[in-house]
Amino acid sequence: MTQTLDYEPNMVLATETFNVVGTRPIRHDGADKVTGRALYGADFDTAGLLHGHILRSPHAHARIKSIDTSAAEALPGVLAVVTNADFTSDADGVVDFGEGATSLKWLRDNVLASDKVLYRGHAVAGVAASNPHVAEEAVQLIDVQYEVLPPVVTVEEAMADGAPILHDDLKTEELGEQTDKVSNVAQHFQHKKGDTAKGFSEADVVVEREYRAKTVHQGYIEPHNATALWNTDGRLHIWCSTQGAFTVRDAMAQMLEMPVSQIRVIPMEIGGGFGGKIPVYLEPVAALLSRKTGQAVKILMSRADVFEASGPTCGSWSRVKIGAKSDGTITAAEVELACEAGAYPGSPVGAGAMCALAAYDIENGTVDGYDVVVNKPKTAAYRAPGAPNAAYAVEQAVDELADDLGMDPIELRLKNAAKEGTRRVDGPTFNKVGLVETLEAMRDHPHYSAPLGENQGRGIAIGFWFNIGFDSAVNLAVNADGTVSLTEGSTDIGGSRASIAMQAAEVLGIAAEDIRPTVVDTDSIGYTAVTGGSRTTFATGWAAYEAAQSVKQQMIERAATIWDVEADSVEMADGVVQSKSDPELSMTFADLAGQLGRTGGGITGTASVNPSGVGGSFAGNIVDIEVDPETGKTDVVRFTAFQDVGKAIHPSYVEGQMQGGSVQGIGWALNEEYYMNDDGGMVNSTLLDYRMPTSLDLPMIDTVIVEVANPGHPFGVRGVGEANIVPPTPAVANALRDAIGTRLYETPMNSVAITAALAANED
Amino acid sequence: MPAKTYVQSIINGEHVDFLCEPRQSLLEVLRDVVGLTGTKEGCNDGNCGACTVELDGRIVTSCLVLGVEAEGKEITTIEGVAEGSTLHPLQQSFLENAALQCGICTPGFIVAAKSLLEHNPDPSEHEIRFWLANNLCRCTGYDKIIRAVQDAAVKMQEA
Repeated sequence: MTQTLDYEPNMVLATETFNVVGTRPIRHDGADKVTGRALYGADFDTAGLLHGHILRSPHAHARIKSIDTSAAEALPGVLAVVTNADFTSDADGVVDFGEGATSLKWLRDNVLASDKVLYRGHAVAGVAASNPHVAEEAVQLIDVQYEVLPPVVTVEEAMADGAPILHDDLKTEELGEQTDKVSNVAQHFQHKKGDTAKGFSEADVVVEREYRAKTVHQGYIEPHNATALWNTDGRLHIWCSTQGAFTVRDAMAQMLEMPVSQIRVIPMEIGGGFGGKIPVYLEPVAALLSRKTGQAVKILMSRADVFEASGPTCGSWSRVKIGAKSDGTITAAEVELACEAGAYPGSPVGAGAMCALAAYDIENGTVDGYDVVVNKPKTAAYRAPGAPNAAYAVEQAVDELADDLGMDPIELRLKNAAKEGTRRVDGPTFNKVGLVETLEAMRDHPHYSAPLGENQGRGIAIGFWFNIGFDSAVNLAVNADGTVSLTEGSTDIGGSRASIAMQAAEVLGIAAEDIRPTVVDTDSIGYTAVTGGSRTTFATGWAAYEAAQSVKQQMIERAATIWDVEADSVEMADGVVQSKSDPELSMTFADLAGQLGRTGGGITGTASVNPSGVGGSFAGNIVDIEVDPETGKTDVVRFTAFQDVGKAIHPSYVEGQMQGGSVQGIGWALNEEYYMNDDGGMVNSTLLDYRMPTSLDLPMIDTVIVEVANPGHPFGVRGVGEANIVPPTPAVANALRDAIGTRLYETPMNSVAITAALAANED
Repeated sequence: MPAKTYVQSIINGEHVDFLCEPRQSLLEVLRDVVGLTGTKEGCNDGNCGACTVELDGRIVTSCLVLGVEAEGKEITTIEGVAEGSTLHPLQQSFLENAALQCGICTPGFIVAAKSLLEHNPDPSEHEIRFWLANNLCRCTGYDKIIRAVQDAAVKMQEA
């Protein structure tokens, strides 16, 4: 029953405790990262390094008539120029990196345009020179003749009759059927459950609205970078900051038509990604330049390049219709979600559509999704891609429903909450999920009943993200001093060396600090998928668990050999190996480790996993905002983030994920957008004008970790990286409605929009 | 290629001479000429703070300072914050408070926060947020960074 929780800024509602799992050790890579020693991609150097620069399109949409590189090639200091023509063969075929299939031609065209440029900033040519400034000068000497075409930059423009067409060969896939219709709509699909007409006829209250979310960027502080060396033996080496070294290897193998074994990707430290550092942009260009020059070539993006030619995530249009009985039972819901794919098909609309109604147990529902190409950079994943767009719409509509019903918005959500056994509108049935527990924690948190000040409003919202499994590998080696070396292929973007090492430590009964984790290159570990999809602590952690179980068993067997007893009479717990029956036979993990060399040799454990049993994660927010009635300036004055994480391996870094995702969502809600001019160019491609939240814009971000163990993981882990960005945009919108009495249906809900709403209130 | 200028400076307490082109920023010189890559580039136009260094006692974004301007100046970078093998209390506090995720902004934050605590040993939360507002972090939402600075301030005053 309702019971107010005692306030603490960061709470962990733990259901199970362990020795190492759930503690907060200092991360293994910490010392390097606070002293400046950690080497990120841009820090890489090697003998004879050349510097590359990319020529980018000044037009959002144009046909390339000709490219003349001769003047650039003649500039002293320039060693090579490449264009799309330097790819070895005509592109044909389809490639699939697990994020959806795309054509090889489009993949190549996005890194070096061939017949058309499709966004301002689209790469057209690359130059390698002895000095970065010379390379920059040289690209200005490349003469490209364009036939400029009219751009379309929103889904509504792109879907309109008579809209300029980006791809003459792109034909709409309509409800699973390939049509002959050439349009900017790559795909229209529908999820359907029950009978919405019947459901709406049973509703006492129906809300129907349209919503727009603007294009936003992941905003990682480290720009993209890549260094390539095409060695004389034919092997290609790539040093870069990526979320997935093996994904880069796969992409390079496809684009350059090479066997994967000819490519070695060395993941450098990565300065943020949030999904945006999964695609390759610079790597293929650096590789082509290295092949031409025989030397290593490094290319760095500028901040403007990052905005104009990498990421972003989609802007969207959506419509929601939702109906409920007077007791609050939701009877039907319809969602339409149209997402920008950017220049090539493949927006996050698929995931967004699957998440749209996932939080609700709804009898009758449809979700229609539209994947729409526009003249913006090809969208990349961004933290629960597509889900915030859907939640911005659905969670506002549900809030409006609560208003109309006169119900508390948390109670309305609790009444209709998805739980174990609920079948989603898009088909799958939920395993154990923690939405109810998350909503109860929100209801019981003192924040929810705290008084509000003048000009303040409070909003809540919830959100869902699936999380993924995929391949991960871990190798362990026992050292003679009782420590264990751990090698893994998951780039550490926010403390995952620690969260992976801790799972091995838990199994072996040793301290987290006694595991020495290292992230290694693609020659040195089994296939490991991206650090993304909230999968790393779940899946690579699982590999660490399995590898540690192998080590544990071998240690037990070794002790049994030494003691000349049966292995099944020996056990290992809390870092001690001992006989189950004879208390004289006992030694520590470290003592046994020291004897391995003379008792049969070293012990290693290895595991490659592709776990099912992924547990989806629900998040919720309570947010208080204060609006200055004169200027419309909105301050977030209190924010509490809730999330069912299954089990927090390292709670500090789980809180960090929740806080970071929340603040990205706040930025999306209040400030961030791609501001486009009439020519289809981004006007605000600097960090001054693309205004991400600063420390001064924010309060502390309180967290409540809800732990509803995922039965599909040995420690109950769910992914935690993404669900937290889903609720903030609607939660802020709902708080604004509470503060100013008007609902805004479009991001960013900035001072311009708010002053307009306030003025309309006065009329 | 433009002629290079001979520059003498003191970096992290050591006399450092270097040659640099007039167009090279201090950030570029530190990273590519002197080899101190702990100072990071996030935007190259003064808006992210990742390249923050101390120049004659004031924090600057080194991307907006020319290398030649370092003549006769004293510069402290992230590599000069620890005392030998002993971390500065801020560095220790960032680790204990999990105040970094990817770590790319961390050098700039630590250099800026060190300067804050030298100017104001007991800052309020608002003063910390104001001082660090030119340093962008996209991972943490700043919460743990602010707490790390508060924690370091307490420990430094106790010391």
